[in-house]
Amino acid sequence: MTDSTTYRRARRWHILVFLAPALLVYTVLMVLPLAETLRLSLYTETEQVRSFVGFANFTVLFGDPRWAQTFWNALGNNVQFFLIHMAVQNPVGIALAALLSVPRLRGRSAYRTTIFMPTMLSFVVIGFIWKLILSPLWGVAPSLLAAIGLKSLFGPWLGQEHTALIAISLVSVWQFIGIPMMLIYAALLSIPDEVIEAAECDGVSGLAQFWKIKLPLILPAIGLISILTFVANFNAFDLIYVSQGALAGPNFATDILGTFLYRTFFGHQLQLGDQHMGATIATVMFLIILSVVAFYLLVIHRRMRRYQF
Amino acid sequence: MRQAPIFRMRRAAVHTLLGGYTLIAILPVLLIVMNSFKDRKAIFNHPLAFPTPSSFSLIGYETVLKQGDFLSYFQNSLIVTVGSLFFILLFGAMASFALTEYRFRGNVFLGLFLALGVMVPIRLGTIAILEMMAKTGLVNSLFALILVYTAQGLPLACFVLSEFMRTVSADLKNAGRVDGLSEYVVFFRLVLPLVRPAMATVAIFSMIPVWNDLWFPLILAPAEGTKTITLGTQVFIGQFVTNWNAVLAALTLSLTPVLVLYLIFSRQLIRGLTAGAVK
Repeated sequence: MTDSTTYRRARRWHILVFLAPALLVYTVLMVLPLAETLRLSLYTETEQVRSFVGFANFTVLFGDPRWAQTFWNALGNNVQFFLIHMAVQNPVGIALAALLSVPRLRGRSAYRTTIFMPTMLSFVVIGFIWKLILSPLWGVAPSLLAAIGLKSLFGPWLGQEHTALIAISLVSVWQFIGIPMMLIYAALLSIPDEVIEAAECDGVSGLAQFWKIKLPLILPAIGLISILTFVANFNAFDLIYVSQGALAGPNFATDILGTFLYRTFFGHQLQLGDQHMGATIATVMFLIILSVVAFYLLVIHRRMRRYQF
Repeated sequence: MRQAPIFRMRRAAVHTLLGGYTLIAILPVLLIVMNSFKDRKAIFNHPLAFPTPSSFSLIGYETVLKQGDFLSYFQNSLIVTVGSLFFILLFGAMASFALTEYRFRGNVFLGLFLALGVMVPIRLGTIAILEMMAKTGLVNSLFALILVYTAQGLPLACFVLSEFMRTVSADLKNAGRVDGLSEYVVFFRLVLPLVRPAMATVAIFSMIPVWNDLWFPLILAPAEGTKTITLGTQVFIGQFVTNWNAVLAALTLSLTPVLVLYLIFSRQLIRGLTAGAVK
């Protein structure tokens, strides 16, 4: 009796010792700061006195002419940034994965390694590489375009208001294409051989086989990629900060929520940093990400699981 | 037999497409590295040519090594990355062992609590993190970065390691217990060596975002003495923006360590990413 209680108590201490470090670091540095940021969004500061203002910061952010225009512009750009990723990254990623999964392909691992390589590099390196390449000063992009007879298409894409966001989105797609490619490639390989054989017996092969048999089976992987892309895009900052600066030029054409948050929190040029409006923007970003992730987990993910084997 | 030419043509098409995209992926990086070894005139007149003996120049590297403190940036990045990895792996393995090995009240809740961090980015808490670091005097210290990156990496590490902890045979652990080993010894001597491959995968995954991050070094540790290589490169290039030799050399220096590590570990990384589906 006493033996078993001491044994049990000893076991409980182990559990605590094993769990404590991870829980402590995670709670103190991630969960509490997140909660504190949400709380700060309900306060404001005048002459170094913090006072509770309820949702007033949010009304200012959404409606006050000094803030609202920048905010809606950043949100709109962020949505476009995400849509361009979805429209380019997923189809190209799926196509590359389908090509890689061709049976008995020579040089498969060399292709795989090289195409995934840009994903490993930092935003700083990627941002500057493309800034240099697209720079009209250097002239690499125009001479490359000239080689395929398209020189007339060239423009200073990162510097024009109507092309900067598209250009920067495509740079980001270029960097991250490896992730959808790998995940879809893995999903394609995990389709059982029997399914493919059955399709071939029924005379479904080639492209038809891809559209009718494989694509429905890799939908869960596409869903996962979409949600990962969404979270990454609505949290993006580095690439735009590096190549377009904190002001996300030209004329805020590439401003997204991350750069807007940074400017608001730290201030820029003549405007002072504002901790509470920064927290308000972070809270809006948190709610956007959380609601989409919840929607994905509760609705899409659950429905897709029914089609798995 | 009749299908053979069509088959061969299709093969050729596949190689053309993949080869074409491979070029798109590698050419920009190659261009930067190549031009970093040329003199200024050659960079502008023949950007697409390999360096020749007459155009070869290391002037960019000389500027970088003289003006920027890249060795110290590199060392800072190394300390931060290795430190964070150590804590992510140790704490993550301990927690996932506890979560999968023992039944206790709150087990499921704790699992979900940690899983939340996989989806919600730690960046959104930056304002409060900075406030906390300022209060504790940790601003401009590498330790602040290590702490933040450990918190950032733990959720995914626990998630992946838990999956592997479940596969360790219960007989082995129970045999150890019968022999009188404590739970700590069971974990460190019996279980940890068996999940080493999973730890390597988690290490590679967690390493990349830490090494490449710009946000937290910029906000928490922007002082000259604590700059990481990512921030150091960004600031250096900002100052030397018109010195193309220096910019290209700085970029090459910054991307080389990652590229070398990637080429060594790419097989393991890709296997981890595709969770064993790649044969």
